[in-house]
Amino acid sequence: MSFLEIDDVHKAYGHHEVLKGVSLNVERHEVVCLIGASGSGKSTLLRCVNALEEIQGGAIRIDGDTVTGAGVDLNVLRRDVGIVFQSYNLFPHMSVLENIMLAPTRVGGMAKKAARERTMTLLESVGMQDKAKAYPDMLSGGQQQRVAIVRALAMQPRVMLLDEITAALDPELVGDVLEIVRELAHGGLTMLLATHEMGFAKEVASQVCFLDNGSILERGSAQQIFEDPKEPRTQQFLSRVVKSGRL
Amino acid sequence: MTSSGLVTDELQPSPEPAPPPQVSRLAAIATVVSAVATAGAIYEGTLVRSYNDNSAFSSIAAVVIVLSSALAWWPCLRAIRAIGARASLAKDEKVVEARRLAARGREDAQIAIGYAAAGLVVVGLLQFVFGNDGAVASTFFDWNPIGKAFGDSLKAFWTNIWVACVAEVGVLVLGLVVAIMRLLPGRAGAPLRLIAVLYCDIFRAIPAIVLIYIIVFGTPLAIPSAANWPGALLGAISLTITYTAYVAEVYRAGLQSIHPSQSAAARSLGLSYSLTLRTVLVPQAVRRVIPPLLNDFIGLQKDTALLSIAAVAEVFLTTTFFQNTYFKISPVVLAAIFFIVITIPQARFVDYLIDRDAARRAGK
Ligand SMILES: Nc1ncnc2c1ncn2[C@@H]1O[C@H](COP(=O)(O)OP(=O)(O)O)[C@@H](O)[C@H]1O
Ligand SMILES: [Mg+2]
Repeated sequence: MSFLEIDDVHKAYGHHEVLKGVSLNVERHEVVCLIGASGSGKSTLLRCVNALEEIQGGAIRIDGDTVTGAGVDLNVLRRDVGIVFQSYNLFPHMSVLENIMLAPTRVGGMAKKAARERTMTLLESVGMQDKAKAYPDMLSGGQQQRVAIVRALAMQPRVMLLDEITAALDPELVGDVLEIVRELAHGGLTMLLATHEMGFAKEVASQVCFLDNGSILERGSAQQIFEDPKEPRTQQFLSRVVKSGRL
Repeated sequence: MTSSGLVTDELQPSPEPAPPPQVSRLAAIATVVSAVATAGAIYEGTLVRSYNDNSAFSSIAAVVIVLSSALAWWPCLRAIRAIGARASLAKDEKVVEARRLAARGREDAQIAIGYAAAGLVVVGLLQFVFGNDGAVASTFFDWNPIGKAFGDSLKAFWTNIWVACVAEVGVLVLGLVVAIMRLLPGRAGAPLRLIAVLYCDIFRAIPAIVLIYIIVFGTPLAIPSAANWPGALLGAISLTITYTAYVAEVYRAGLQSIHPSQSAAARSLGLSYSLTLRTVLVPQAVRRVIPPLLNDFIGLQKDTALLSIAAVAEVFLTTTFFQNTYFKISPVVLAAIFFIVITIPQARFVDYLIDRDAARRAGK
């Protein structure tokens, strides 16, 4: 039994079927990368794991517990599963500190003082301690994304979902953010990430899945997928990514 | 030359340098408008002075009117000077300098036109008030009855303020409640959603004056103990009911304007629906709706005058008594002035709130 089991998940918006039976297992401490063209369903899959979207078929299990369907305590599930979005989604009316402390204090039942101390430690580890009082609009994209990662980590999730978290960043800011993810991977955090940073995927991912039109067309080690893809669609996608200069 | 079909030479002809723009026409217009405004100001100045029997005060007012019309002449003269300078620069083929100078001259002429036009508006108003032997001035702005009515009217105006404050507190809370009811998700929320929709539909449809009448005269019949309640309280309740319907829609628009990714982010952190509302959605929505909220509040404050039909001794009813006593409308103008005086500071306060919020977010 794997830690995170995605079992034949179907998801449709109205009549538009976006996920057509996706199955995927992620072991504890494993990092799995999702690649695929824009619109292939990467974000939707991640959002389903976090129950931000309802699924129409299949099941998702975390540590053996089914977390989809009726009767699931979503708020508990979401404490176990953290997600970081491409567009950061920080709360603009709260300072960095308040953004991060919100969930631990209001949901996790942590005392304000303890939460503040832990937040400062976390901020320090991503080099942002001097921005604790700043508001999101005052930060660069890279800084906002680092805060968003810390915000998700503050709930001590058992799985992290990262949805193209560097896609909206200027190239010179990407490194800082990836450095943090690298550290998380080395620290043994289970992660499922959608990314187009192929070099990075090669480095941290034990498994790469190519998502095409709502299903996983090909999967394997990073080496295998990037250097010797079997499916023509995968080859086509990768050659386009190479042309865009992202590899 | 180029190999790509996206870029061709014929799309990019080298441009001829444009001649400096004309100043003389705009400057001429500015001169004419300024002259008319000044002439009008002089005429109105004499009217004002003679209306008030050439008193010292009105002489000063007349001088101020005439002098302020002269404001337009300074930029106007600069524009006229620019005409000649432009011509000589153009003759020396200093195209860039000529263009720069011409642009400045045109701007000066436009500024002069703007000032003069504003002056003309003022002249028109003065003519309306003091023309026809000052008929309007003596009807609306007769200070004698205003002075007699002032004390009682000011006291009555406190009733308006009290009613407005009570109603506004009620509206702020109830409006938010109705808006949140209207946005409740799921099948369980359906009945409450329906109630909220009906509430807004019905109470936005009923004219405030009708509702006031129904409630102030109806409630004591239905609930005998309410007969002892002050009319102002019943009036405040009816205004609360009416304006809650408006403000609920304002809140709803504010809540819906928050991008869904905010709520996704909050829910993904494990926040419940109600916690997401309280900590993430409502605080952001309230900041956004402050200006339209003030709009509705000013409307509410003005509608406190409607309580006069329910015989509540508020400022409008009081000033109409004085009107009947002195056969002059000017005490009622006093009521209008009271409302203006309380509204303007609120508008500035909201401007300040908006600026402060923007500055704080930008880290200033
Ligand atoms: N809220 C939604 N309503 C309707 N269609 C959606 C919605 N979100 C995503 N889709 C559709 O689902 C498909 C997959 O989208 P997405 O998961 O965002 O792809 P990716 O992240 O791989 O670019 C797209 O065709 C998109 O148009
Ligand atoms: Mg996406």
